[in-house]
Amino acid sequence: MSQHIAPTLTKKDFSNDQLVRWCPGCGDYAILSAIQNAMPQLGIPKEDFAFISGIGCAARFPYYMGTYGFHTIHGRAPAFATGVKLSNPDLNVWVVTGDGDSMAIGGNHFIHLLRRNVDVNVLLFNNQIYGLTKGQYSPTSVQGQVTKSTPLGAPERPFRPGELAIGAGTTFFARTIDTNPKLMTKIFVESAQHQGTSLIEILQNCVIFNDNAFSETTNKATAADNQLHLEHGEPMLFGKEKEKGIRLNGLKLEVVTIGENGISESDILVHDAKEPDPTLHMLLAKMELPHFPTALGIIRAVDMHTYGAHVRAQKEAAAAKAKVHSMDQLLRSGYTWEI
Amino acid sequence: MAEKNAQVVLDKVVVRFAGDSGDGMQYTGSQFTFASALAGNDLATFPDFPAEIRAPKGTVEGVSGFQVQIGKVDIFTAGDVADVLVAMNPAALKSNLKWVREGGNIILDSDAFTSRAAKKAGYEGDPLADEALQAFHLIQAPISSLTKKALEESGLDNKTIMRSKNMFALGISFWLFDRKMDQTLAQIDAKFGQKAPEVAEANKKVLYAGYHYAETVEALPSNFKVPPAKLAPGTYRHISGNIATAWGLMAAREKLGLKLFYGSYPITPASDILHELSKYKHMDVITLQAEDEIAAVSSAIGACYAGHIGVTASAGPGIALKGEAIGLAVMAELPLVVVDVQRGGPSTGLPTKTEQADLFMAIYGRNSDCPAIVVAPGTPSQCFDMAFAAAKLAIEHMTPVIFLSDGNLANGSEPWKLPNMADLPAIEIAQPPESEGPFHPYLRDEDKLSRYWVTPGTPGKEHRIGGLEKEALTGNVSYDPRNHQAMIYTRAEKVARVAHYIPKQSVVGHTFGELLVIGWGSTYGTLLTAVKELWEDGYAVSLAHINYINPFPSNIKELLGSFEKRLVCELNIGQMVHHLRATMPEFDYISYNKIQGLPFTVSEIKARILEEL
Repeated sequence: MSQHIAPTLTKKDFSNDQLVRWCPGCGDYAILSAIQNAMPQLGIPKEDFAFISGIGCAARFPYYMGTYGFHTIHGRAPAFATGVKLSNPDLNVWVVTGDGDSMAIGGNHFIHLLRRNVDVNVLLFNNQIYGLTKGQYSPTSVQGQVTKSTPLGAPERPFRPGELAIGAGTTFFARTIDTNPKLMTKIFVESAQHQGTSLIEILQNCVIFNDNAFSETTNKATAADNQLHLEHGEPMLFGKEKEKGIRLNGLKLEVVTIGENGISESDILVHDAKEPDPTLHMLLAKMELPHFPTALGIIRAVDMHTYGAHVRAQKEAAAAKAKVHSMDQLLRSGYTWEI
Repeated sequence: MAEKNAQVVLDKVVVRFAGDSGDGMQYTGSQFTFASALAGNDLATFPDFPAEIRAPKGTVEGVSGFQVQIGKVDIFTAGDVADVLVAMNPAALKSNLKWVREGGNIILDSDAFTSRAAKKAGYEGDPLADEALQAFHLIQAPISSLTKKALEESGLDNKTIMRSKNMFALGISFWLFDRKMDQTLAQIDAKFGQKAPEVAEANKKVLYAGYHYAETVEALPSNFKVPPAKLAPGTYRHISGNIATAWGLMAAREKLGLKLFYGSYPITPASDILHELSKYKHMDVITLQAEDEIAAVSSAIGACYAGHIGVTASAGPGIALKGEAIGLAVMAELPLVVVDVQRGGPSTGLPTKTEQADLFMAIYGRNSDCPAIVVAPGTPSQCFDMAFAAAKLAIEHMTPVIFLSDGNLANGSEPWKLPNMADLPAIEIAQPPESEGPFHPYLRDEDKLSRYWVTPGTPGKEHRIGGLEKEALTGNVSYDPRNHQAMIYTRAEKVARVAHYIPKQSVVGHTFGELLVIGWGSTYGTLLTAVKELWEDGYAVSLAHINYINPFPSNIKELLGSFEKRLVCELNIGQMVHHLRATMPEFDYISYNKIQGLPFTVSEIKARILEEL
């Protein structure tokens, strides 16, 4: 980190003079605003942030930030970010990606970033559609979804980003939604504090090509019943009166109502985001309407060695043992002879 | 003991070791090479091994070979044909006979020439009864049985015993060329002494057994002496191209005091660079074995963006995958170094064989008008200098540099007079001029046209870059038609101006005349040897071997224009000649090509040159 003490920064420090060119009403505006609100809370000098993106609507994000930013190529942002973070661990690195960028063309880099646990934060804008290429289905589009490239309906089963990420060994997974700026900002701040790869799935509405994709979850009338806000150490309760909860029945989750069939609060699961075993986190990440509420908040946040910490430890151990420390020594090491 | 003939003194000699992939022929060849280097010979090596790790034992497909030429005279190639072949089985003999000079010596393990082994190698009858062998001096040594005999009291199992028969062959070779065994003995102790002292003892015993056998047996009429070469005084070591490439990059890192980030995905024949660099984490080298070729280049560009030396390497198939990312580094104007250790292609092609067929890809292989600096070393040790130069050019001109090595350079080796770090040139990172207004990431150095390398973490200069077209100066996204044209020309001109910052094209021989031979890359040794041998025969011919390919050195047109004919020799269908025709269409060129996965031979080049004289 830079030597000088960070001045108190405000949201304005994280914006710039460039015209934001997303469609009017796009969920991306709210995400940008929430990030710009979260950044000053981190106490990190502005010059130490680097936002790295791939291609797609979401990937334009760095151009609208007042920080350092690099808009790279389709799907590869996790690999660029890995190079940035490993060569300068003092930087606070953010990857901005979409469901096409990270789940289709960049699927390989996405899973390997999580597996390596490089200390970067990933904002995954999931709108279940290709926006910038104008409306083809994406790997997270629901089966049967009619799009420009699937006039008869998408034939494929979708990826659930959380399921894929937990399968790939992510140490941090949170889910939030573009209509809830408070939750977004809170999660962005907490994810930045996690050591290792922090993956944040943001359910983001595309007003043009996939409007209302998440309206069942976000509708004021149904939100209380369709959203489960997870807090570490708290019981998994939801509903207007917190009358509903999640119970483990055998190897499956089920929705139960307190007071019905002898259910009391003690039957309800208490969220443990820090449990290294990912089984329950996976079940929570997979919950879907209409049978379950959508889980929001930090689903998994586990402390594990980061890739960078491993590399630093290796470097120190190697330095203690090494006989060669400079190029002149290396050139003259081993078998040499004089003429 | 019969009286032996006196020692025969030779200027140079070519020795080839051939056996099963598992017979340890690369090791045997390397040990013989080391001993010759320590005896003061100049030399060059050429390993020739199959792509399969262990192809079926005893088959022609599974034969692994190692050729070395040693001399008291300057040696630039591993030699066209061998004076001595060591063949460990019928398959080795069958596949290597064409590489032995008529009248040359063939030492073979007679125990291995059973009728079953002969059949496996594809011989119809007894290979040793083959009339073709009458042109050679055959030395049938019962290597397997003598190895067994030497170790009969060792208590080792038969498999371990048979694994040391290569040491018997090495012992014979050491006697045959009057080499000292000290280095090999020390090396055996270093390798096995601690872990398995009984194996160390066995290896040494068999080595001596081979040496004494050769000394005693009458089948070897005399031994040879290749006196030391007249090399410039200094400290020398043996170096292969891949190791020299790794070290050249590390040398650039040390000069700059930055980190070296090497993103790579394993691929033949580039992997040894990754293996080598991964040993030096404590010297500020970061290596990432990426999930694929694209991640390898992308992570390296990420490191460049963060202010460090970002390097990726691969062979042709991998470089093809990296094309889009290299284009981004051109657009973002970042100092990426791309190492391409070329191999036979297209597609998977000939993974372990050499070719020079990625030149088009290096110069043109990206979408749009996307220029890159292209350089190529000519010898294994030049890989050090050119890797250093590649990093220097990338950083001082802020644009990607593609470094074209090949399988022949990567695995070939030669003695190398060691440089001192203090003698290597400085690498300058230009600082942007101080100014009051906002920082402009695409402000350029007026002479070089390079932008400034301002990296995240620098206060007050926060900016965004990326793959969308940049507005000149501000770097903001711009779709302005005239801006785009100006930026395309600027990027092209920036690379073109590199011509003023690289060494002038040198020439071996007269700077004017009838015929100029033009080459690039690993063909240097062969072309140089051919040209020098023709001088001895009284012919006037010159050689221009091009290290800086895009752009060419500033004097190249004048040089090429000073000859009546230009003969371009390359291991592809004619890529350099195409590049020359495109950049200097006023001249005629003659193209000479070989695309067999093998280097040119000196005699092929001499014959082709003579057709033009």
